[in-house]
Amino acid sequence: MKYPLALTLVLAALLSPFASLAEVAPDEIVVPAEIDTVAPAPVTGLTARDYVDNSDAGDKIVLSWELSADDGSGEGDVVAYELARSTVEGETGDSLTVVPAGATRYIDDTAEPGTVYRYTVTATDGANTSAPAISGPVAGRRSFFQPMRLPVLVLLGIFFGMVLIFTQLAQRGAELFVRRIPGLNAIEEAVGRATEMGRPVLYVPGIGEIDNIMTIASLTILAHVAKITARYDTPLIVPTARAVVMSAAEEVVKQAHAEVGKPDTYDPDNIRYLSDAQFAFAGAVNGIMLREKPAANLYMGAFWAESLLLAETGFEAGAIQVAGTAMVSQLPFFVTACDFTLMGEELYAASAYLSREPKLLGSLKGSDWMKVLSIAIMLAGIVLRFAGHDAFVNWFRTQ
Amino acid sequence: MAGGFDIRRIDRRIIFTLIFVAVAWPLIQPLRLPMEVSPPVQRLYEAIEAVPAGSVVMLAGDYSPDTQPELQPMVDTFLRHAFRKDLRVVVACLWPASPPLVETALTPLAAEFEKEYGIDYVNLGYMAGGTVTLLGMGASLPGTFPRDYGGRPVSEIPLMQEVENFDDIALVMEVSAGTPGTREWVQQVQGRFRVTLLSGVTAVSAPNFYPYIQSGQLGGLLGGLKGAAEYETLVEAPGDATKGMDAQSVVHSLIVFFILLSNVVYFATRWRSGEGEAAQ
Amino acid sequence: MRREIPLIITFLAGTFMLVDFFVPHVVVSGAADEMKQWGIIVIAASILLGIGNLIRVHSKKIARRQEGWIYSIITLASMGVMFAFGGPWGTIEEGSAFNWMFINMQVPLQSTMFSLLAFFIASAAYRAFRLRSAEASLLLIAAIVVMLGRVPIGQFLTRNLPEKATLPWITETIMSYPNMAAFRGILMGAALGVMAMGLRIILGIERSYLGGEK
Repeated sequence: MKYPLALTLVLAALLSPFASLAEVAPDEIVVPAEIDTVAPAPVTGLTARDYVDNSDAGDKIVLSWELSADDGSGEGDVVAYELARSTVEGETGDSLTVVPAGATRYIDDTAEPGTVYRYTVTATDGANTSAPAISGPVAGRRSFFQPMRLPVLVLLGIFFGMVLIFTQLAQRGAELFVRRIPGLNAIEEAVGRATEMGRPVLYVPGIGEIDNIMTIASLTILAHVAKITARYDTPLIVPTARAVVMSAAEEVVKQAHAEVGKPDTYDPDNIRYLSDAQFAFAGAVNGIMLREKPAANLYMGAFWAESLLLAETGFEAGAIQVAGTAMVSQLPFFVTACDFTLMGEELYAASAYLSREPKLLGSLKGSDWMKVLSIAIMLAGIVLRFAGHDAFVNWFRTQ
Repeated sequence: MAGGFDIRRIDRRIIFTLIFVAVAWPLIQPLRLPMEVSPPVQRLYEAIEAVPAGSVVMLAGDYSPDTQPELQPMVDTFLRHAFRKDLRVVVACLWPASPPLVETALTPLAAEFEKEYGIDYVNLGYMAGGTVTLLGMGASLPGTFPRDYGGRPVSEIPLMQEVENFDDIALVMEVSAGTPGTREWVQQVQGRFRVTLLSGVTAVSAPNFYPYIQSGQLGGLLGGLKGAAEYETLVEAPGDATKGMDAQSVVHSLIVFFILLSNVVYFATRWRSGEGEAAQ
Repeated sequence: MRREIPLIITFLAGTFMLVDFFVPHVVVSGAADEMKQWGIIVIAASILLGIGNLIRVHSKKIARRQEGWIYSIITLASMGVMFAFGGPWGTIEEGSAFNWMFINMQVPLQSTMFSLLAFFIASAAYRAFRLRSAEASLLLIAAIVVMLGRVPIGQFLTRNLPEKATLPWITETIMSYPNMAAFRGILMGAALGVMAMGLRIILGIERSYLGGEK
């Protein structure tokens, strides 16, 4: 063998990383800890119930319990809980699962619907298990009702009942009081001013779809405005951001012209579908404002971020502006830039007041009374809570 | 009134120029003002921190190019936070323009954290339907998004084998600019499926959602660029939002100055015309 | 029959979904899940309808040489170009023309329009925030406090004051209490409005969504 030393050194270098594996740990005398023979305390308050979620096939049971006294306190040595399930009374049955310490709930989703089970929960510290806690008999059922949603059903029923009753009353001609919203005067003043100056009225019904409640309210107010402009031969321009809203607006304005006996003054080119895109629409409407210089701008309906763009440009063009929307985040912009603003439900109230349509009146009155009921419930809840009675408030919980 | 410059109606163009300078200057010459974290952002951060590694979280993109400057930093920071914690991310969008916008953050961050598509994250793309899609996701996510953004069947994606519906998702981070957005997620998903819901929204709509924070329906909220910047501070990854905060500070101060100035002028004019009348 | 069939479908679908909210029985929820999938398909189909509508309206404008018809040509041409590039070469890959146009044309255009708001709010603020009345004064003071408190400069200006006097703390209090209370009230009112509307649509009392007469 040539170069034995060199070879040995190379071999040593190659093998050195593996040397540590061969190292023997220095002898440590391991003194065994005292063997734990004390079983942990059992869990308490074990309940097993049929679990009802959004799609109930009757195969879920929820177990809940209170922590063992030795979990997190006391001996503090509980590491897990062992769950077992049996169909025979008196037997522990098969092991179901093991959950870590700290858990107080488990959902068994392997239950057979209709089969009666008994669950056993024991705490373990790795070496010893506690006395078992046994639940009562329970069976999974396909439920027909989510009990947690009962408060919603009750309140919904009350609300729908009120809306339908008031709608019926309105249809039978009963006098349902709706106060005259100040904004309505502002609208009529604005239109009047435009007529005096011989300039058009611009009516923007928002950029919401036809099924948006604000758009519907807006179209009702449009009918009223269209009648006034038709009567005094003031041009009315209605830019829309949705094709379906344009069709509806066409019908409304045409109808208004017919009702005041001037069907031939109706100009379909004034009802314009501009663009679905929010800012493209705003840009186009700004163009109309700056070129055709309407004297009155009415913004009624659902608006998003383009509200300020419209209102500011309208101001610069010198128009008197009245806005109405229930989009709460846009109200500040309209309030600062317009001469008058119908806020939130004032828009719905205005449309109900103007049209006197039973369905709008019914909904408005129903909502009003529901709000009264809500306030009463809230006050009752606050008082009871302060007095220490939580049951009333807890009944309303849905989660 | 003396002719010429009427301070009551300053030419808008002067105001606009001043605003432009106020925004541009701090972006070039940062002020580096210190920032405190507000409670809703703190709660959002802690909610994500509490999720164990390996869990699946969802990023819902409900925004479009116009709000991208305000909301994209939230998306960036959330993905960074999630990837750093080894959370697995499922991206699902209710707005058609969102998937490519999320991709602009997803691809580079995945590369940075060495995450593999299909195993550590997946982009399911856009599905029409708004509220109906949300309900569909609660029933079956693979059923509602049968293919991912690239057109691959979901059955071939390993990560999606473990995710059937919201029961398998630890939390949802929803970034929204309008409708369908946070409100729909709270109403349709959090209420029905009891999943932890966090949200990032534009500053103008943030006040709308404070009631949901108080009631616990929202686990946390990022409001506008400030919220995004606070989140970036917590995650220790200052980015576009932090840069924007200096600009916002200056612009807000400028607008406050305008307001105060206009009031000073308003009262001075009224006082002067009152004096004029008295002198007559 | 043309009016009746949609109303019947609306009634059945609406009522069933309402029932699904309260009845968790697996048969009900299974059927409801199917319906939700159908709903997604129908809404996706309506996007096609929207495109058809756009083409129809703008073609009419061009044919009649109505005001702004040049822009209608641009609209249709842009749509055509996006379709032409998106179809064959795909819309998703980073390097595709569609993606390029989206990221480099549409995104900046839309963000810029949105950022116009910053300028407009400044000119609106200058004009409108005057101490005209008690309410206007309240609005003014709250606006100034929140505007400064929501940005780092607010914290910087009041950094040496006790915590409850700092702008951020006051801002957060305004947002969390009076502001939130007002929003909650309006939210509830708006929710009631939407529910009443839903009831009207399901029962067929409200028909404006069908188009034509109210």
